[in-house]
Amino acid sequence: MTRFMEEAAIESMAEKVGDIMRNAFVFNIDGVGVKGKDGQTIMDAADQAGIYIPRLCDVEGLEPQGSCRVCTVKVNGRPAAACTQPAAEGIEVENETLEIFNWRRDLIRMLFHEGNHLCPICEASGRCELQAMAYRLGIFQPAKYPYLQPVRPIDASHPDIMLDTNRCIRCGRCIRASKDIDGKNVFGYVGRGMHKRVGVNGKNLAQTNVHLDDRAIALETCPVGCIIRKGLGFFTPIGQREFDRAPIGSTIEKAVLKRGKK
Amino acid sequence: MGKDTVSVVRQACKKFDHEGSRILDILREVQKRLACVSGETMDLLAAELSTHRIEIEGLVSFYSFFSENRKGKIIIRLCDDIIDRFAGIERVAKVFSEELGIGIGETSSDWNFSLEFTPCIGMSDQAPAALINETVVTKLTPESAGVIARSLKKNLDTSALVKKKGDGNNADRLVNAMVENNIRKKGEVLLGDNVRAEAGLRKALKKKPEEVIQEVLDSGLRGRGGAGFSTGLKWSLARKAKDARRFVICNADEGEPGTFKDRVLLTERADLIFEGMTIAAYAIGGTSGIVYLRAEYEYLLPYLERVLARRRKAGLLGKNIGGEKGFAFDIRIQLGGGAYICGEESALISSCEGLRGEPKTRPPFPVERGFLGHPTIVNNVETFCCAARILDGGPRWFAAMGTAKSSGTKLLSVSGDCAKPGIYEVPFGIRVADVLDMAGADDPTIVQVGGASGEMLNRGSFYRKICFEDLSTGGSFMTFNSSRNMLKIVDYFLEFFIHESCGYCTPCRVGNVFLRERIQKIMEGYAVKADLDYLKDLSRTIMMTSRCGLGNTSPRPVLSSIDQFPVVYASLLGEGGEGLEAGFSIQKALEESRRIAKRSSMIYDPVYGGSSD
Amino acid sequence: MKKRLATVSLAGCFGCHMSFLDIDERILDLMKLVQFDRSPLNDFKKFKKRCDIGLIEGGCCNEENVHTLREFRKNCDVLVAIGQCAIMGGLPVMRNAIMHAEDPLRECLDTAYLNSPTVFNASNDIPNDPALPLLLDKVYTCAEVVKVDYQIPGCPPSGDTFWLAMTFLLKGTAADLPYELIKYD
Repeated sequence: MTRFMEEAAIESMAEKVGDIMRNAFVFNIDGVGVKGKDGQTIMDAADQAGIYIPRLCDVEGLEPQGSCRVCTVKVNGRPAAACTQPAAEGIEVENETLEIFNWRRDLIRMLFHEGNHLCPICEASGRCELQAMAYRLGIFQPAKYPYLQPVRPIDASHPDIMLDTNRCIRCGRCIRASKDIDGKNVFGYVGRGMHKRVGVNGKNLAQTNVHLDDRAIALETCPVGCIIRKGLGFFTPIGQREFDRAPIGSTIEKAVLKRGKK
Repeated sequence: MGKDTVSVVRQACKKFDHEGSRILDILREVQKRLACVSGETMDLLAAELSTHRIEIEGLVSFYSFFSENRKGKIIIRLCDDIIDRFAGIERVAKVFSEELGIGIGETSSDWNFSLEFTPCIGMSDQAPAALINETVVTKLTPESAGVIARSLKKNLDTSALVKKKGDGNNADRLVNAMVENNIRKKGEVLLGDNVRAEAGLRKALKKKPEEVIQEVLDSGLRGRGGAGFSTGLKWSLARKAKDARRFVICNADEGEPGTFKDRVLLTERADLIFEGMTIAAYAIGGTSGIVYLRAEYEYLLPYLERVLARRRKAGLLGKNIGGEKGFAFDIRIQLGGGAYICGEESALISSCEGLRGEPKTRPPFPVERGFLGHPTIVNNVETFCCAARILDGGPRWFAAMGTAKSSGTKLLSVSGDCAKPGIYEVPFGIRVADVLDMAGADDPTIVQVGGASGEMLNRGSFYRKICFEDLSTGGSFMTFNSSRNMLKIVDYFLEFFIHESCGYCTPCRVGNVFLRERIQKIMEGYAVKADLDYLKDLSRTIMMTSRCGLGNTSPRPVLSSIDQFPVVYASLLGEGGEGLEAGFSIQKALEESRRIAKRSSMIYDPVYGGSSD
Repeated sequence: MKKRLATVSLAGCFGCHMSFLDIDERILDLMKLVQFDRSPLNDFKKFKKRCDIGLIEGGCCNEENVHTLREFRKNCDVLVAIGQCAIMGGLPVMRNAIMHAEDPLRECLDTAYLNSPTVFNASNDIPNDPALPLLLDKVYTCAEVVKVDYQIPGCPPSGDTFWLAMTFLLKGTAADLPYELIKYD
């Protein structure tokens, strides 16, 4: 390498350092300044700042897909999904307004009323993110919506795993985990509209190459009780379950949780 | 599994070079030859295309034109649009059902026939209509349906169904359709006799690409699909995006209920469309083009392919187009699979890529990263035609027509209760009342502008203008007379959205179902005043939180009908006396029990002295 | 004047009532403020007077449930659905999963009385005494049958939840449960 080339290389390195500095910016969430970097979503930046934006389909380690819409915020007055919307310099993000709070409650209710969520008999109760979100958003008023009570397939073919799609909220976390982390495509979406559901890569789950160590069927992947490990139900006593102890999102929030009521 | 299945799958895959993004074409081929894409076939396809069965199943279960269960050799798809409903499709359906001995959604035991309802097939001006395999039959009556059914039973031949060919290119050997163009009013831009072949392209090639974009910008041309985004701006953004490959896609997935103007352009102005696409390619540096043609218009495919072939021969497609060195561009036609959502530009791109037709996450926008990750412009059929005409006539000529923010002319597809349904090319800014006059609507009571997601108008609103500043529309203009039940129209639109929602996001997938539930409750007379607030509240959540245009607009028929026809709603709403839910009927809830227990109710049957409420 | 309180268990398991009693000695304080009207706790089977508050446990699976619920709606100013069964049907609502079967009610009875692996029914009889209320075609939530003013979730709601809810109800304000007391199980 000639002296000239070396200099050029160092110069370009220095430029990149400058990039890092330049790429940092500040924007507001509910009037509070939050630091962001290029390539970050609003959700990423908020998480770092200890501001919790409610979410169901988005989870650490998977590409966001913006389908549950629970993370809807307003960006400069326009609604957007925080999990997919890039953070940008100077934007004004509204997160905890009454209007947005009500949308989120409506969305959580829609998910409850769309499927069959019988919390009293569900293995996931107490660690279910849908349930925990309803708790956090304080949903205990009379239901606005009709219960659709669908009849969806249950797949108990596999010796160790069961799928009860009556509880599925179509978050696609198992699909993305299987594809992107396990490299397997055990799960995928089938159908459309109300009939959209999670299907398996074969006639039934027993025919797929699913493995107990797959991220796709890990307890933290399915936010509800759709993917169930046989022989592993109700393993935590009531009172000690994840969301008995603290509301969903508290690990992200540095501050003490103030209930999201305004 | 038959050898037959294996060879059909292999041939289909080979025909499209085992190309993953052509999987929709492969599935169509397989579906046609095997009458279904069964689980076993999916396994074979997955192996052949090095993909996964679940991916194939995802596609087959997404697109209406594919099915896992075996269908008949002949599939009769009756157009179940609101216009067709009012025109009597039910009576037609009954005749087909009786003649063929199968109900709606069923397949005959000899595997010859399947009978289905399908959303708008783009023939609202000649309703009721149906698709029999690819053949379109229009203006059906119970009598003609009987003749068709009997003829099909005799020889299973759909080509014999076209007795009298339609006008213009509908009579072309390759189109061979009984479809009528029904062009009622020709304008200066699109349907007039002054359209000069390739004049726009020739002039464009003499300019720099930037100048071409500038002309389109200066003309004020906005997207004709309904959203009205500036075409010039879209093109310039795509040109600026850094990439070696750029794509030009023509959205011919005309699925909005009551729209059929693209069908007429595809039939009569195919060259102008391709010319417009070629100009766009030149302007943005596009390398390939795709026309995304809705599955319902498959009957136009051979004809369009011939036009493309002729253009290649004439040096208007391929390499060095029009003698312009280094300008290479070609167009292929991608058939859809029967999904309204694919009219949404990013869903359309997904579908072109061989994926489920679900909208993509934005940003990035298609102009930055679209088809296969390359900058892509998606424009409506009519937009490309306008662009070609602008390059010929000049931006000033174009901008002189229409209004300040909506330049040029617009094709309206007028259907419903009027004497002259069909295509009207009118300058933007025309009043609704004037369109009604032209179309000979003598008792217009309800007008729906912009299709299912458009706006519903009462008589007092007919002064409003069709343009982006007031009533924007992709072309759908439906008129209904005083005999029509307004709520049936609203209910139909919601049914349509429920059927066509891709199901990706929560509010659209679930919210529309709840909207319809309440509208039906109102129709049945069980609703109370508070239900209107419920509808408005729910509508707002759906519109504000949905991921794409479908959910952002699907509650509009509910909201605009509440706004425009408050008296109709008021007349159906009760007070909700004594806190009882009127929607619950104890008598209905007990019917089954009485039958099974073979006794009456101690409480609710008068025999026992109970109340009979 | 004391507020009048009525309670009832429809298609429920009485668990919510048991849990109500988990307010323990606090019931003495409550009694200073309320007078029980119709309730299984005092075994009054008919309303004596119009009540301020009615607490409903359980949803509706038979005609008697509907009749009772309507009686409550007629006789109570404020109606509160207590527990998951009253709110969304609870366990009984599982039978709605066969709602789309050819003959759902028949299938339900056959499964319950004839075909289940645990059934021993030598005479193959399905109970059908004229005194038995007729079953509804499916299980309905309380809100599907009458207007419900408030709901207190839980399976069952805890004694503390009952206590707090009663406080709010007696004050006449909408219940506002803290995070710790909102439970669906």
